[in-house]
Amino acid sequence: MHDVPDNFDINLTEISKIEGSASLEVKIRNKKIEDLKFSISEWKRFYTQAIQGKPAVAVPQLVARICGTCSNAHLLCSIKTVEKALGIIPSSQTMLLRRLIYNGLIIRDHALHLYIFALPDLYNKNSILDFDENDPLQKQLLEDTFEIKEVGNRLSKIVGGRSVHAPYPTIGGFLAYPHIQELKNLRDTLIAVRPKIFRLIEIFAKSSFSLSLPNIIFNGLSSQDYSFLTGQLVSSQGNILPEERMSEHVEAVVIPYSHARGFTYKGSTMMVGALARINLYKKSLHAKTKADTKMYLDLFPSYNLFHNNLAQALEILHVIDTSSEIIDGISTITSEEKIPVHPKQSVGVGVIEAPRGTLYHKYEIDDNGIVQKGEIIVPTGQNQVLMEKSIHILLESLLKKDTPKEQIILEVEKLIRAFDPCMSCASHFLKVKWS
Amino acid sequence: MKKIDFVHAKILRKDSYSELQPMDLAFVEGAITSDTQEVKLKKIREKSKKLVAIGACAVIGSPSNQRNFFNPKQHEQIQSILEKFKYKDKVLKLSDIVVVDENVPGCPMDEVGFLNILNKYINSQLVYPEP
Repeated sequence: MHDVPDNFDINLTEISKIEGSASLEVKIRNKKIEDLKFSISEWKRFYTQAIQGKPAVAVPQLVARICGTCSNAHLLCSIKTVEKALGIIPSSQTMLLRRLIYNGLIIRDHALHLYIFALPDLYNKNSILDFDENDPLQKQLLEDTFEIKEVGNRLSKIVGGRSVHAPYPTIGGFLAYPHIQELKNLRDTLIAVRPKIFRLIEIFAKSSFSLSLPNIIFNGLSSQDYSFLTGQLVSSQGNILPEERMSEHVEAVVIPYSHARGFTYKGSTMMVGALARINLYKKSLHAKTKADTKMYLDLFPSYNLFHNNLAQALEILHVIDTSSEIIDGISTITSEEKIPVHPKQSVGVGVIEAPRGTLYHKYEIDDNGIVQKGEIIVPTGQNQVLMEKSIHILLESLLKKDTPKEQIILEVEKLIRAFDPCMSCASHFLKVKWS
Repeated sequence: MKKIDFVHAKILRKDSYSELQPMDLAFVEGAITSDTQEVKLKKIREKSKKLVAIGACAVIGSPSNQRNFFNPKQHEQIQSILEKFKYKDKVLKLSDIVVVDENVPGCPMDEVGFLNILNKYINSQLVYPEP
């Protein structure tokens, strides 16, 4: 028998193995949840105010700094936003190279979360540092961790000049171009790591971690080639919207104790990210990915929040398969003429699928090309309401089973990590007036 | 032979200590925007023999300190948030508050510079700075 008190508090001020700072406060009285607050405790840097008065062409490299992890997602989303505002249409070569940079990000970012943050939970370890080098599988996973992250880094570096805050991509095209031979050389490495990704997929598919919430609405930017960078907004309710209209459908929710605002979809609890994407449009995954992972893809659509990790692993395989196909299809990389930028009074909206879900940038630009106003909606904000709700549901079930406090804390942290939240992104802006 | 012992690394694992432990080297990222961060930075300084500022925000404060340069209109938009969550008046770089032994500048930080500092200290006998 467990000796579990009727009354206790949980105060997690610094949740480990996530991007940035989040905290959780829970008050249990008579074995019931009296109060539960999940909050993002990362301090704001006010990017949406900071871009006011800056030339639109300078904004992408600034907003990339919102996040060191998914910087290239903000960078490419921002470039797209300015291009939309100014009516600039990038070339097909530019779009392919951007996809390669982005695929590199997806590999590295998902790998960071899966190997370094999520995997230790599956092996009952505190950290990847505690993995046993004498255990063949654990040793192999350690090697995989660094190899897979490195492949993602190299892809982004070759095409973007750097894996974080890539200097080559710019409005209308590229400032410098990758060497085709370097790209061709990477192609075999991409193919060679596929077995490692199957190993990862299998591990997360076999995991017994489970928490299913039936009434979530999944949202994502869907394209026929699952590109992350283009498409239209789709929801699990069947709605299809052009990306420009995203802000009409997600509503900001004030969470007074959090440094970030939450969002709902037409008043309902919503989720974005890998799980949402695979649930909504797994049919658009690369043909090779689909053929080789059919038994796992059959698990989707899934309402098990922990399947977000499995979905991330499947997406790594998809971007590896699309990248090697893109590289095969490139015979030359030409130094294209720069598309001229003509400032005009305009509004631009750019939406992409960041690694953690739908990312929205909107800028209002004046005649001189100066940003007057900006808005940014990030994935973790959109998931924040669901995160708190799911923690509540998990806690209730654990309390019914007389789970000891230490175990409760561990289980809750596992759930929070399953979302792969990014607090640095979530907290940069809050436009609500506090009273 | 094991040369590095990760004393605190929230990004890698759940801390088993309730208090900050003594460290040979402390790597600190980011600028200081609140009193709680300032208190924590001072504690880290107290517990570490050498303190290394990592990346542009820690070394020069930017771009995290962009609110320091806001015009009155921009400032008005954020004022209520600054008050509610008790932000500092100005965002500070680490060396505004504590003695910084080494800097790794850049955004992202310069990887070679980071490795050079690590190699410089990895085999040395470090001592706490004079109070």
